[in-house]
Amino acid sequence: MCLIETKNLAKSYFNEGVETPVLHDVTLKIHEGEFVAIMGPSGSGKSTLLHVLGFLDSHTGGVYKFEDKPAESYSENEKALIRNRQVGFVFQAFNLLPKTSVIDNVKLPLMYSPIPEKDWESLSKEAVHAVGLSHRTNHDSALLSGGEKQRVAIARAIVTKPKIIFADEPTGNLDSKSGKAIMAILENLNAKGQTIILITHETYTAEHAGRIVRILDGTVESDEKVKNRRTAKEEFIK
Amino acid sequence: MIFHHQIETAFKALRRHRSRTLLTILGIVIGITSIILVMSLGQGAQDLILSQIQGMGSKTIAVAPGRQPTGPSDAAQIFSDSLKEKDLVALKNKNNVPNLKAVMPIVFGGESSSYGSETYRLTFFGATDLMSSIFDLQPEIGEFINEDDVRSRADVVVLGYKVKDKLFGEKNALGEKIRIKNRNFRVIGVLPKKGQVSFFNFDEIAIVPYTTAQQYILGIKYFHRFIVEADEDENIDRTVADIKATLRDSHNITDPEKDDFFVETQADLADRLGLITTILTVFLSGVAGISLLVGGVGIMNIMFVSVTERTREIGLRKALGATNRDIMTQFLMEAVILTSVGGIVGILLGSGLGALISFVLSKTVIASWSFSFPILGAVLGLGVSATIGLIFGIFPAREAARKSPMEALRYE
Repeated sequence: MCLIETKNLAKSYFNEGVETPVLHDVTLKIHEGEFVAIMGPSGSGKSTLLHVLGFLDSHTGGVYKFEDKPAESYSENEKALIRNRQVGFVFQAFNLLPKTSVIDNVKLPLMYSPIPEKDWESLSKEAVHAVGLSHRTNHDSALLSGGEKQRVAIARAIVTKPKIIFADEPTGNLDSKSGKAIMAILENLNAKGQTIILITHETYTAEHAGRIVRILDGTVESDEKVKNRRTAKEEFIK
Repeated sequence: MIFHHQIETAFKALRRHRSRTLLTILGIVIGITSIILVMSLGQGAQDLILSQIQGMGSKTIAVAPGRQPTGPSDAAQIFSDSLKEKDLVALKNKNNVPNLKAVMPIVFGGESSSYGSETYRLTFFGATDLMSSIFDLQPEIGEFINEDDVRSRADVVVLGYKVKDKLFGEKNALGEKIRIKNRNFRVIGVLPKKGQVSFFNFDEIAIVPYTTAQQYILGIKYFHRFIVEADEDENIDRTVADIKATLRDSHNITDPEKDDFFVETQADLADRLGLITTILTVFLSGVAGISLLVGGVGIMNIMFVSVTERTREIGLRKALGATNRDIMTQFLMEAVILTSVGGIVGILLGSGLGALISFVLSKTVIASWSFSFPILGAVLGLGVSATIGLIFGIFPAREAARKSPMEALRYE
């Protein structure tokens, strides 16, 4: 099933009447279960594309369809519900709430969801377990290592069981060992059918995905399958 | 988002900045404390005044010389000599005021008294035997002045507890003579300790026959007051009307606007004094309210700082599914919790201070002063503080809600 479809997608920023185009003519389709890496140098527009696809921002031209429905047909509250139930975000800077426990950080999306409160605890624990942090459930998130913080962020992204996970440079702030652990978790999730869209500027990281979309100067430069896909598990063994 | 989670989230956010939260609510605490304190003391004063007035009995009517003062600048009219002996005679005439049970003329003033080497400045009352029943004054030892004393302008005096104590100490005063304005007065009675009743401290007074006071102490032929007692409660209005008609007739007044006396019932007095204390309380509460306003502006300022400081958190919450309404409610809730907590602390602090001041007053100055918890003030205080939170929290909350999730997340 096609989850995301864009046709000649464009995005410009306007500042005091001056237009700054960031994306143009972006055409792509992403299907359920895919692991897509969006690659490009700094300033190429890859993060902006992720924001538009994740309903954190709106496009200014072209077509964006989410589950076959045009993005502009969703109201602001419907977009909030999509961000809550259909997509999960993992940010480079983790963005955890300070002075808040691991479990409470993971619970955060549930508080804005229509999921009954009685299920919150079990869903959160399940998500924390899935990223291998069961032993840190009640720890203050501020006291965790970078790799652990990013695992909390992944647990928070998957707690509502979304259709897509948008990961924006998830290993960018981590050492290589922690980065590999994070990629292993993402691979594992994808293996279970989770759609993942990964933003990265490193070819090395992008090769963990099944498909790489290269963005240059705001448009799609190439879109191809990865022939020799890396697996984080193998790298761990090495 | 579920309501109780919004409250919980707001509390957590406030706890993260404990010192700032405490300093922010200080303005509201001071405002509400002041209002509750003023209202509590105002209520105490009002209760005291009412109890003092009720102490005189509901059937008591006061007639004073001069026009009824219309304001503070009109006070000079009180000191008039319009109440004369002929008025007393006219009032005593049953044909003029049929429901009059008794009438007592009063003169009063301040004068030095002495006994041996002891001196004391007392307040003297020239009255009749009726004063004993109206103010419930039964001598502890000796007797009260009687009709004969009044008729014969006798040099007799009934002393208040403190006057006796200052002049005689432990010694028996009965039958002794004290000097008041170069004249000897024989002590015929001593009052028990009474304290404050109806605006007078009866421990500090001396009661003499009014005829004696007029001739030998004051040298006047008019009266400062007539105290009239009506036969029944339901006849008070009629008695007031009869008194007015009689005095107008006696003073040849045809236009009531030109009355040179005024008649006041206990209910009138209670209303007038109640109004004064209410106006005073409202005025002082208004002044205290200004500090609430300042506290509210402080809340708004801190909430704006908080919104800016937590821009990334707002972006994150929106990215995780929070709607504009969720964000707005969260920040509004924080402001309302800040002001409400300030309000509750202010109510407790104001009540505590009110109780303490009332306790000190009752032990030192006015024994019958009692503490009144201003229930209306407390409800209003809580309502006002929560409303201030809503009003001053709405602009920062709206700013928070309007932030674009993407821009908020990018905020450094």
